[in-house]
Amino acid sequence: MRPGRRIREALTDLWLVGPGVAAMLALIFVPVALVAVLSFTDYQFGARSFRWVGLENYHRLFTDPIGRKAVTNTLLYVAIVIPFSMTLALLVALGLHRLAQTMPRLSGILQAAYFLPVAATLVAMAIAWQMLLHPSIGPVNAVLKQLGLPAPDWLSDRGLVLYTLAAIGIWQSVGYNMVLFLAGLAAIPRHLYEAAAVDGATRGWERFWTVTWPMLGPTTLFVAVITATNAFRVFETVATLTRGGPAFASDTLVYALYREGFVYFKAGYASAITMVFFVVMMVLTLAQFALIERRVHYR
Amino acid sequence: MIELRNVRRRFGRADVLHGISLTIAEGSFTSLLGPSGCGKSTTLRIMAGLDRPSAGQVLMGGRDVSELTPAERNVAMVFQSYALYPHLTVRQNIALPLAMRHMTRLERLPLLSGLMPSARRKRADIARRVEDVARMLGITDLLERKPGQLSGGQQQRAAVGRALVRDPALFLLDEPLSNLDAALRVQMREELTALHRRTGRSFVYVTHDQAEAMSMSDRVVVMMGGRIVQQGAPRTLYDEPASIEVARFIGSHRINLIEVRIENGRLVGPFAHLGVSGSGLPARAVLGLRPEHLRPARGGPVAARLEKAEYLGAETLLHLRLPDGARLRAVAPGSYVPPPEGDGVELEVAPGQAHLFESEGGQRLRVALQRAA
Repeated sequence: MRPGRRIREALTDLWLVGPGVAAMLALIFVPVALVAVLSFTDYQFGARSFRWVGLENYHRLFTDPIGRKAVTNTLLYVAIVIPFSMTLALLVALGLHRLAQTMPRLSGILQAAYFLPVAATLVAMAIAWQMLLHPSIGPVNAVLKQLGLPAPDWLSDRGLVLYTLAAIGIWQSVGYNMVLFLAGLAAIPRHLYEAAAVDGATRGWERFWTVTWPMLGPTTLFVAVITATNAFRVFETVATLTRGGPAFASDTLVYALYREGFVYFKAGYASAITMVFFVVMMVLTLAQFALIERRVHYR
Repeated sequence: MIELRNVRRRFGRADVLHGISLTIAEGSFTSLLGPSGCGKSTTLRIMAGLDRPSAGQVLMGGRDVSELTPAERNVAMVFQSYALYPHLTVRQNIALPLAMRHMTRLERLPLLSGLMPSARRKRADIARRVEDVARMLGITDLLERKPGQLSGGQQQRAAVGRALVRDPALFLLDEPLSNLDAALRVQMREELTALHRRTGRSFVYVTHDQAEAMSMSDRVVVMMGGRIVQQGAPRTLYDEPASIEVARFIGSHRINLIEVRIENGRLVGPFAHLGVSGSGLPARAVLGLRPEHLRPARGGPVAARLEKAEYLGAETLLHLRLPDGARLRAVAPGSYVPPPEGDGVELEVAPGQAHLFESEGGQRLRVALQRAA
């Protein structure tokens, strides 16, 4: 006798969904669970035994000066990159959106130029930045000296290095955020601007506050989450330009994770860092999903 | 009130308006009627000040307003898409033009305005005005909602409210009913004409729907291909269309257009009972007959064969064929019982309701038709 229709359909569902679920379990959920378990041990890569240490790894990350430095540096980096990258991207997008009406080709070329850092490998770009910012032979300091301004050690001054990295991070992310803002601007119905003109919002500033800014609201939230996600992941510039130095002044979460896990083989501690990073990413990703849902805005 | 003098508009290499000259009388309800792409919306946008003419003048009250913004011209506009601000409530949407007009930038700042007595007073004034307008349009209970939570008709009313609130000199309406369903459209037609009567302001109404233009306006401007082809009262457009194009566009039943020959002051062929008087008669012309003016009548002078009868309740639409093969449509009252399809039908047509057009160019021939002896 053939199985009932209900059973056959259930089997089909299982056949369609099963392989994907199995792969996700094996490649994502199980490793995450293992990392979570490891984060409660003092396991070292290659060791034959380990000891349960409870929350000690987490405690260390948030109390040990070096661990704390990585956390605060990352937060500071994110706090600098988000507002500056978004403001600059919005200004560039507004400018290029206007320019596209009169000189579409020039606007297109500039858009491509702003997008280049996004498309380029950041490791390769980091070399270019290293040359530019070299304290004695770099062109940036050469210009500053010509102007009679002090020429700082951009990448080896403890008080400055994180800001330098943040500036590079901003430079790198403006192009991507600009594209998102441009898409948001293009989606604003022209009639709203015309209605605003009829209603008396004639100055550029009034138009911006009456139509552009509110209509960009969902895009702006989305851009903020994307920028935060990418800023939390900062690694390439740190690894290639400073290695977290000098004296951990530019150490960040992901770089610390790399150092502890792959240089010192402290798998337990690295796992704890990973878990913290994982939770932050999880929260941001959930926020991102929620915002994408809300893109059908003002309902 | 508002006057266009030889206004031209060119987009790139395409001429959209070829010299529009038009005067909108104070307090009139004027429709700009035409097929899509005829330039009627561009004309309206030039009146509003949202677009500028490539050449020509725009005058309001005798004054050149080319340099004035829409707000300075004190015009109000209702858009086809309503163009309500989606992030503001209906109340805020309606209040916005007043806030923009009467409050300084400082007073508009949300936090500061609470501290300034002048801002508080103005806010109270605006609130009262918004309430008045909402009551007039019957949307008081919708004031706290956002446009996304309203139906099409409600959004339409909110958009009208925003136009109405600051008592503009001129109302410009760009196909405001075309996104509504048929029943609501008829209802909103009545509401708009009532609004026009109540405000006494000039309305300029853009539409491609001849029924809207005919039923609402006291004056219709028919535009085609960037030109005004005829303007006048709805009755004039219907009774004396200036060209085949206008005749085809006006009227709910499409007019019958039949090629005819004229010999010795009368038409040759099925309409031989129609005589033409006038000088310089062409040998060939196009006869225009509205289906509602062709009535089946026993012993009528026009003989045709019935191909199909469509019963519509109040009337019956007859699809006929003339002996020379030309198709013809006629409208009979609903009570008319048509013969079996394929049988002959005799029809009557009053000479006063027939139109003659040039066969080249399609202009109306200024001749009189009468029953031939």
